[in-house]
Amino acid sequence: MKLKNEWPIYYKKDVVTHYCPGCGHGIVHRIIAELLEEMDLGKRTIGVNPAGCAVLAYNYLDFDMIEAAHGRGTAIATGIKRARPDLFVLSYQGDGDLSAIGTAETIHSANRGEKFTVIFINNAVYGMTGGQMAPTSVLEQQTTTSPLGRSPDVDGYPLHITDIVAEFKGVVYAERVSLSSPKNIRRTKKAIKIAFETQVDNLGYSIIEVLSPCPTNWKMNTLDSCKWIDNVLASEFPLGVLTDKRETK
Amino acid sequence: MNKVFISGNHTFAEAAIRAGCTCYFGYPITPQNELGEYMAVHLRKAGGVFVQSESETAAINMVIGASSTGARVMTSSSSPGISLKQEGISFLAGFELPAVIVNVMRGGPGLGNIAPAQGDYFQATRGGGHGDYRTPVLAPGSVQEIADLTYLSFDLADRYKTPVMILGDGMMGQTKEPVVFPEPVKSLPEKEWALKGCGDGPSRYMASLVLDTSEMERHNWKLERKYQQIAEKETRYEAYMMDDAELVIIAYGTTARIAKGAINRIRKDGIKAGLIRPITLWPFPKKILQELARSIKQFIVFEMSTGQMLEDVQLAIGGMADISFHGRPGGIIPTPAEFARFVYREYQEKKGLKS
Amino acid sequence: MAKEKKKYQVVVKKDLCKGCCLCVEFCKPQVLQTSENINQMGYNYAEVVDQKACTGCMICTLVCPDLVLEVYYE
Repeated sequence: MKLKNEWPIYYKKDVVTHYCPGCGHGIVHRIIAELLEEMDLGKRTIGVNPAGCAVLAYNYLDFDMIEAAHGRGTAIATGIKRARPDLFVLSYQGDGDLSAIGTAETIHSANRGEKFTVIFINNAVYGMTGGQMAPTSVLEQQTTTSPLGRSPDVDGYPLHITDIVAEFKGVVYAERVSLSSPKNIRRTKKAIKIAFETQVDNLGYSIIEVLSPCPTNWKMNTLDSCKWIDNVLASEFPLGVLTDKRETK
Repeated sequence: MNKVFISGNHTFAEAAIRAGCTCYFGYPITPQNELGEYMAVHLRKAGGVFVQSESETAAINMVIGASSTGARVMTSSSSPGISLKQEGISFLAGFELPAVIVNVMRGGPGLGNIAPAQGDYFQATRGGGHGDYRTPVLAPGSVQEIADLTYLSFDLADRYKTPVMILGDGMMGQTKEPVVFPEPVKSLPEKEWALKGCGDGPSRYMASLVLDTSEMERHNWKLERKYQQIAEKETRYEAYMMDDAELVIIAYGTTARIAKGAINRIRKDGIKAGLIRPITLWPFPKKILQELARSIKQFIVFEMSTGQMLEDVQLAIGGMADISFHGRPGGIIPTPAEFARFVYREYQEKKGLKS
Repeated sequence: MAKEKKKYQVVVKKDLCKGCCLCVEFCKPQVLQTSENINQMGYNYAEVVDQKACTGCMICTLVCPDLVLEVYYE
């Protein structure tokens, strides 16, 4: 019998990740590895991994990577892509990395229209450090630093960073997707593929925000986490293409 | 280009370009804005990359990215902006990535002022980022030396795979002097360790995270051995009028120049003063001071601060000789006459105590 | 002439499975279930309960975060 799903070459063989059961990181890692193989990009790819649960992503993904200080991924990616425009550069970041400590770098790399791809894993919580509130946590969401639920008075409102940068002229493709169902996972792969193509065609900045489950810190089982994304997270952060300027470039 | 009349800030940039620097990332801050502006024109003309980043923090991280691909990279700032770069410098040390960071010092702490000072000695030589690392620090004393040391800094950075800091000050940044630049570098060796995409080979990654404590300890000692090697091979200083000196002045950068003016004056009064000018602040030239302290018993440290290099001198020769200090912080530029008077008084006092 | 139906076989690498249950939930023909036994990591791993029902739709491999499932065909 033949194997229908060969192990992706840009994923380290038979590795067991430290990610929790049901965590979205593993799905997106696999999608990235599959796309780099399908699009023949892996050989010239440099990935920038964040501080956060994906801090050890270089132990799982099998292409050249460099670790970033918390939030600085898009600045490091800028340095790499400007020094070597022929390389395929992607910055993989979580919600704290990209929209808290890294806000300035995110906004300005987008504003400069840097020609790399940003994969933004939004699970509305700080995973690695134990479940604190994130800029993208929704109102009334209970986290370790919003134990009574996020309240606008003291915590402000959820930050729609991707919507903000989607408005910039240099941001050519921005889409929000989710991992809550097979249909949504398929769309995630399509969206990331478009983002990769945007970089290959040298059109400008691309960013894909992926609503991703964090069962451990949401204190739910995997399936309820998927439902929570569908019912709660996706109503605060609606799925869909936020900008597509490819035709104009 | 043979001999050019050029400012210190412009010289940092021109020398970097000639040394093969292909990427500059920086944010404007007085008194070094002209450095970035020169890069915006001339580095781009030379086919290099200039990006005005959104902050000094972003700039040092762009430096990390570009350096990881093997490029020769520079960033520059002044005191408060260098504070913002400390995390990035620590990361460069942890990654073992080369880079050149220029600090054109100004008054501090906090926002301070835009006048020249030497208040960042501790920051430069003692960290100022976190973790067990050291940063080689070069201190030019003239615009010509800015050209020479900037050119050298890229070689040191590459040779030892370390960030290197050049410590200037607002006065030498603005001063224009005649400079003969080194010839542009013709070719540079390939950096096998650089990230280029894995190609058909195994993938590599660069990380400063080392969760396993035994591995981290090994890494820390490996770095320490590297710094010891640098200390053995790269310590530099200038000895001025030391042949018959009975009193040693220790000063660096602009202050050393002022000291030379003071020495010329007091020599006329018969006081045999000499100068040891550290050119590397880290590694600090303690060996020569220890040798001198066996026979010379009066040392005067002179800084544009409240006394930072003073502590390195005390560490080196404390107890072996008398050490006194004259400092002007806050952006005040002392005059040769003022320092000459101080040295004269110190000399007389010490003589008075003896007899 | 009727097209010969492909035969599929799902293999679960049970020692890599973290028992997240996504494959069990999203497999429409219900080929998989959560085992009562635990693997080396202590998780109730996914196991094949009705191999013949597999249609080769690959949804299990799509949702699995840990590349635990292999689908063979002939």
